[in-house]
Amino acid sequence: MNFDLGPYGVYIWPAYGITALALIGITLWCALAWRRAKAKLAALEKNEKVKK
Amino acid sequence: MQFLFRYANPHEFMRLSGAVLPFTVIGTAVCLAVGLYLGFSVPPDYQQGTTVTFLFIHVPADVVAELAYGAIAVCSLLSLVWRHPLADIAARAAAPLGAVFTALGLITGSLWGKPMWGTYWVWDARLTSFLLLLFLYFGYMALWNAVEDETRAGRAAAILALVGVVNIPIIKFSVDWWNTLHQGESIISGKIAPIYLWPLLIMMLGYVLLFASLWMVRIRTVILERRARSLMQQGR
Repeated sequence: MNFDLGPYGVYIWPAYGITALALIGITLWCALAWRRAKAKLAALEKNEKVKK
Repeated sequence: MQFLFRYANPHEFMRLSGAVLPFTVIGTAVCLAVGLYLGFSVPPDYQQGTTVTFLFIHVPADVVAELAYGAIAVCSLLSLVWRHPLADIAARAAAPLGAVFTALGLITGSLWGKPMWGTYWVWDARLTSFLLLLFLYFGYMALWNAVEDETRAGRAAAILALVGVVNIPIIKFSVDWWNTLHQGESIISGKIAPIYLWPLLIMMLGYVLLFASLWMVRIRTVILERRARSLMQQGR
Protein backbone atom coordinates (compact mmCIF):
# COMPACT_ATOMS: atom_id res chain seq x y z
CA MET A 1 0.00 0.00 0.00
CA ASN A 2 1.21 3.47 -0.81
CA PHE A 3 0.16 6.31 1.50
CA ASP A 4 2.58 8.82 0.03
CA LEU A 5 0.22 10.89 -2.11
CA GLY A 6 2.72 13.65 -2.83
CA PRO A 7 1.58 17.27 -3.11
CA TYR A 8 -2.04 16.17 -3.78
CA GLY A 9 -2.27 14.68 -0.29
CA VAL A 10 -3.56 18.01 1.04
CA TYR A 11 -6.72 17.48 -1.05
CA ILE A 12 -7.01 13.68 -0.89
CA TRP A 13 -6.65 13.14 2.88
CA PRO A 14 -9.36 15.67 3.85
CA ALA A 15 -11.69 14.01 1.30
CA TYR A 16 -11.09 10.59 2.87
CA GLY A 17 -11.41 12.07 6.37
CA ILE A 18 -14.74 13.77 5.60
CA THR A 19 -16.03 10.59 3.94
CA ALA A 20 -15.06 8.44 6.94
CA LEU A 21 -16.63 10.90 9.39
CA ALA A 22 -19.87 11.14 7.41
CA LEU A 23 -20.24 7.38 6.91
CA ILE A 24 -19.43 6.57 10.55
CA GLY A 25 -21.75 9.42 11.59
CA ILE A 26 -24.83 8.16 9.68
CA THR A 27 -24.12 4.59 10.79
CA LEU A 28 -24.06 5.66 14.46
CA TRP A 29 -27.15 7.85 13.97
CA CYS A 30 -29.11 4.92 12.47
CA ALA A 31 -27.89 2.44 15.12
CA LEU A 32 -28.70 4.77 18.04
CA ALA A 33 -32.17 5.57 16.68
CA TRP A 34 -32.85 1.82 16.32
CA ARG A 35 -31.72 1.13 19.91
CA ARG A 36 -33.86 4.00 21.24
CA ALA A 37 -36.96 2.82 19.34
CA LYS A 38 -36.42 -0.77 20.49
CA ALA A 39 -36.02 0.27 24.15
CA LYS A 40 -39.09 2.53 24.00
CA LEU A 41 -41.28 -0.21 22.49
CA ALA A 42 -40.01 -2.77 25.03
CA ALA A 43 -40.89 -0.42 27.91
CA LEU A 44 -44.39 0.21 26.49
CA GLU A 45 -45.03 -3.51 25.95
CA LYS A 46 -43.92 -4.21 29.52
CA ASN A 47 -46.37 -1.58 30.80
CA GLU A 48 -49.16 -3.14 28.72
CA LYS A 49 -48.45 -6.57 30.25
CA VAL A 50 -48.50 -5.13 33.77
CA LYS A 51 -51.87 -3.46 33.09
CA LYS A 52 -53.36 -6.72 31.81
CA MET B 1 -46.18 -7.10 -8.00
CA GLN B 2 -47.39 -10.07 -5.97
CA PHE B 3 -43.84 -10.46 -4.61
CA LEU B 4 -43.76 -6.84 -3.41
CA PHE B 5 -47.08 -7.11 -1.61
CA ARG B 6 -45.99 -10.32 0.09
CA TYR B 7 -43.40 -8.22 1.96
CA ALA B 8 -45.70 -5.25 2.44
CA ASN B 9 -46.57 -6.64 5.83
CA PRO B 10 -44.26 -4.94 8.40
CA HIS B 11 -44.00 -8.19 10.37
CA GLU B 12 -42.77 -10.02 7.27
CA PHE B 13 -40.34 -7.21 6.48
CA MET B 14 -38.90 -7.31 10.02
CA ARG B 15 -38.37 -11.07 9.74
CA LEU B 16 -36.76 -10.93 6.30
CA SER B 17 -34.58 -7.85 6.95
CA GLY B 18 -33.45 -9.31 10.28
CA ALA B 19 -32.15 -12.35 8.41
CA VAL B 20 -30.50 -10.37 5.57
CA LEU B 21 -28.95 -7.55 7.64
CA PRO B 22 -25.96 -9.48 9.12
CA PHE B 23 -24.88 -10.49 5.61
CA THR B 24 -25.12 -6.96 4.18
CA VAL B 25 -23.16 -5.58 7.18
CA ILE B 26 -20.39 -8.17 6.79
CA GLY B 27 -20.41 -7.61 3.01
CA THR B 28 -20.03 -3.85 3.54
CA ALA B 29 -17.04 -4.28 5.89
CA VAL B 30 -15.29 -6.77 3.58
CA CYS B 31 -15.86 -4.74 0.39
CA LEU B 32 -14.73 -1.45 1.96
CA ALA B 33 -11.61 -3.04 3.50
CA VAL B 34 -10.61 -4.82 0.26
CA GLY B 35 -11.55 -1.80 -1.89
CA LEU B 36 -9.44 0.58 0.23
CA TYR B 37 -6.51 -1.83 0.27
CA LEU B 38 -6.58 -2.18 -3.53
CA GLY B 39 -7.31 1.55 -3.97
CA PHE B 40 -4.16 2.54 -2.09
CA SER B 41 -2.10 -0.09 -3.92
CA VAL B 42 -2.70 1.20 -7.47
CA PRO B 43 0.06 3.12 -9.29
CA PRO B 44 -0.50 6.85 -9.95
CA ASP B 45 -2.42 7.63 -13.16
CA TYR B 46 -0.23 8.90 -16.04
CA GLN B 47 -2.32 12.09 -16.31
CA GLN B 48 -3.95 12.62 -12.90
CA GLY B 49 -1.15 11.28 -10.71
CA THR B 50 -2.15 10.25 -7.18
CA THR B 51 -5.48 12.14 -7.41
CA VAL B 52 -6.85 8.99 -9.04
CA THR B 53 -7.34 7.88 -5.40
CA PHE B 54 -10.38 10.21 -5.32
CA LEU B 55 -12.07 7.84 -7.76
CA PHE B 56 -12.66 5.21 -5.06
CA ILE B 57 -14.71 7.46 -2.78
CA HIS B 58 -16.17 10.01 -5.20
CA VAL B 59 -17.77 7.75 -7.84
CA PRO B 60 -19.37 5.30 -5.33
CA ALA B 61 -20.91 8.24 -3.42
CA ASP B 62 -22.37 9.62 -6.67
CA VAL B 63 -23.73 6.23 -7.71
CA VAL B 64 -25.42 5.63 -4.34
CA ALA B 65 -26.81 9.20 -4.28
CA GLU B 66 -28.57 8.56 -7.61
CA LEU B 67 -29.56 5.01 -6.67
CA ALA B 68 -31.15 6.23 -3.42
CA TYR B 69 -33.17 8.84 -5.30
CA GLY B 70 -34.27 6.17 -7.79
CA ALA B 71 -35.35 3.98 -4.86
CA ILE B 72 -37.35 6.89 -3.39
CA ALA B 73 -39.06 7.44 -6.76
CA VAL B 74 -39.99 3.74 -7.11
CA CYS B 75 -41.33 3.64 -3.54
CA SER B 76 -43.27 6.86 -4.20
CA LEU B 77 -44.88 5.31 -7.27
CA LEU B 78 -45.78 2.19 -5.27
CA SER B 79 -47.26 4.39 -2.58
CA LEU B 80 -49.26 6.67 -4.91
CA VAL B 81 -50.58 4.04 -7.31
CA TRP B 82 -50.83 0.81 -5.31
CA ARG B 83 -50.96 2.20 -1.75
CA HIS B 84 -48.19 -0.17 -0.70
CA PRO B 85 -48.16 0.04 3.12
CA LEU B 86 -44.36 0.07 3.50
CA ALA B 87 -43.56 2.25 0.50
CA ASP B 88 -44.00 5.61 2.28
CA ILE B 89 -41.86 4.45 5.20
CA ALA B 90 -39.15 3.14 2.87
CA ALA B 91 -39.09 6.31 0.74
CA ARG B 92 -38.89 8.59 3.76
CA ALA B 93 -36.18 6.43 5.39
CA ALA B 94 -33.95 6.61 2.30
CA ALA B 95 -33.97 10.42 1.98
CA PRO B 96 -31.45 11.48 4.68
CA LEU B 97 -29.10 8.68 3.63
CA GLY B 98 -29.29 9.79 -0.01
CA ALA B 99 -28.67 13.40 1.02
CA VAL B 100 -25.49 12.41 2.90
CA PHE B 101 -24.13 10.47 -0.11
CA THR B 102 -25.00 13.40 -2.41
CA ALA B 103 -23.18 15.85 -0.14
CA LEU B 104 -20.19 13.49 -0.05
CA GLY B 105 -20.19 13.31 -3.86
CA LEU B 106 -20.17 17.11 -4.07
CA ILE B 107 -17.47 17.61 -1.40
CA THR B 108 -15.10 14.92 -2.69
CA GLY B 109 -15.68 16.07 -6.28
CA SER B 110 -14.92 19.63 -5.31
CA LEU B 111 -11.68 18.60 -3.56
CA TRP B 112 -10.74 16.61 -6.68
CA GLY B 113 -11.59 19.57 -8.91
CA LYS B 114 -9.15 21.97 -7.28
CA PRO B 115 -5.89 20.16 -8.23
CA MET B 116 -7.28 18.98 -11.61
CA TRP B 117 -9.27 21.99 -12.87
CA GLY B 118 -7.78 24.72 -10.70
CA THR B 119 -11.12 25.44 -9.05
CA TYR B 120 -13.34 23.87 -6.39
CA TRP B 121 -16.54 24.66 -8.25
CA VAL B 122 -17.76 25.47 -11.74
CA TRP B 123 -21.38 25.82 -12.87
CA ASP B 124 -21.18 23.11 -15.50
CA ALA B 125 -24.08 20.77 -16.30
CA ARG B 126 -22.88 17.77 -14.26
CA LEU B 127 -22.04 19.70 -11.09
CA THR B 128 -25.16 21.87 -11.26
CA SER B 129 -27.54 18.95 -11.86
CA PHE B 130 -25.88 17.10 -8.97
CA LEU B 131 -26.31 20.12 -6.69
CA LEU B 132 -29.97 20.15 -7.76
CA LEU B 133 -30.20 16.53 -6.56
CA LEU B 134 -29.10 17.67 -3.08
CA PHE B 135 -31.80 20.39 -3.13
CA LEU B 136 -34.37 17.79 -4.20
CA TYR B 137 -33.44 15.69 -1.17
CA PHE B 138 -33.75 18.74 1.11
CA GLY B 139 -37.12 19.65 -0.45
CA TYR B 140 -38.38 16.09 -0.08
CA MET B 141 -37.41 15.94 3.62
CA ALA B 142 -38.79 19.43 4.26
CA LEU B 143 -42.16 18.46 2.72
CA TRP B 144 -42.44 15.42 4.98
CA ASN B 145 -41.79 17.59 8.03
CA ALA B 146 -43.90 20.54 6.94
CA VAL B 147 -47.27 18.74 6.67
CA GLU B 148 -48.68 17.39 9.93
CA ASP B 149 -51.00 14.76 8.46
CA GLU B 150 -48.64 11.90 7.48
CA THR B 151 -50.86 10.63 4.63
CA ARG B 152 -51.00 14.06 2.98
CA ALA B 153 -47.30 14.66 3.64
CA GLY B 154 -46.45 11.32 2.06
CA ARG B 155 -48.55 12.08 -1.02
CA ALA B 156 -47.02 15.54 -1.54
CA ALA B 157 -43.49 14.23 -1.02
CA ALA B 158 -44.14 11.32 -3.42
CA ILE B 159 -45.26 13.74 -6.16
CA LEU B 160 -42.11 15.83 -5.65
CA ALA B 161 -39.96 12.68 -5.78
CA LEU B 162 -41.58 11.59 -9.06
CA VAL B 163 -41.18 15.02 -10.65
CA GLY B 164 -37.57 15.22 -9.48
CA VAL B 165 -36.63 11.83 -10.91
CA VAL B 166 -36.25 13.52 -14.32
CA ASN B 167 -32.98 14.95 -12.91
CA ILE B 168 -31.37 11.47 -12.72
CA PRO B 169 -30.96 10.92 -16.51
CA ILE B 170 -29.93 14.59 -16.78
CA ILE B 171 -27.08 13.94 -14.30
CA LYS B 172 -26.10 10.75 -16.11
CA PHE B 173 -26.07 12.18 -19.64
CA SER B 174 -25.06 15.78 -18.81
CA VAL B 175 -21.46 15.01 -19.81
CA ASP B 176 -22.67 13.82 -23.24
CA TRP B 177 -25.35 16.45 -23.91
CA TRP B 178 -23.32 19.50 -22.89
CA ASN B 179 -19.70 20.54 -23.04
CA THR B 180 -18.64 20.09 -19.42
CA LEU B 181 -15.44 20.45 -17.45
CA HIS B 182 -16.35 17.20 -15.72
CA GLN B 183 -14.88 14.19 -17.50
CA GLY B 184 -17.07 11.93 -19.62
CA GLU B 185 -18.35 8.46 -18.80
CA SER B 186 -15.51 5.91 -18.58
CA ILE B 187 -16.81 2.79 -16.81
CA ILE B 188 -19.48 1.39 -19.17
CA SER B 189 -17.51 2.48 -22.24
CA GLY B 190 -14.51 0.52 -20.95
CA LYS B 191 -12.12 3.50 -21.13
CA ILE B 192 -11.00 3.06 -17.53
CA ALA B 193 -7.89 0.87 -16.99
CA PRO B 194 -8.74 -2.48 -15.31
CA ILE B 195 -6.20 -1.75 -12.56
CA TYR B 196 -8.48 1.13 -11.40
CA LEU B 197 -11.76 -0.52 -12.37
CA TRP B 198 -11.62 -3.42 -9.89
CA PRO B 199 -11.01 -1.38 -6.71
CA LEU B 200 -13.70 1.02 -7.95
CA LEU B 201 -16.27 -1.75 -8.49
CA ILE B 202 -15.51 -3.27 -5.07
CA MET B 203 -15.85 0.13 -3.37
CA MET B 204 -19.12 0.72 -5.27
CA LEU B 205 -20.47 -2.61 -4.02
CA GLY B 206 -19.37 -1.69 -0.48
CA TYR B 207 -21.21 1.66 -0.67
CA VAL B 208 -24.36 0.01 -2.10
CA LEU B 209 -24.32 -2.62 0.69
CA LEU B 210 -23.76 0.10 3.30
CA PHE B 211 -26.73 2.05 1.94
CA ALA B 212 -28.88 -1.13 1.87
CA SER B 213 -27.93 -1.96 5.48
CA LEU B 214 -28.63 1.54 6.79
CA TRP B 215 -31.87 1.75 4.80
CA MET B 216 -33.12 -1.50 6.32
CA VAL B 217 -32.18 -0.32 9.84
CA ARG B 218 -34.04 2.97 9.26
CA ILE B 219 -37.17 1.20 7.97
CA ARG B 220 -37.08 -1.18 10.95
CA THR B 221 -36.71 1.80 13.29
CA VAL B 222 -39.75 3.57 11.81
CA ILE B 223 -41.83 0.37 12.08
CA LEU B 224 -40.95 0.10 15.79
CA GLU B 225 -41.71 3.81 16.33
CA ARG B 226 -45.13 3.37 14.72
CA ARG B 227 -45.84 0.33 16.88
CA ALA B 228 -44.85 2.34 19.98
CA ARG B 229 -47.08 5.24 18.90
CA SER B 230 -50.05 2.95 18.36
CA LEU B 231 -49.51 1.37 21.81
CA MET B 232 -49.39 4.84 23.38
CA GLN B 233 -52.64 5.82 21.61
CA GLN B 234 -54.33 2.63 22.81
CA GLY B 235 -53.19 3.39 26.35
CA ARG B 236 -54.83 6.84 26.39
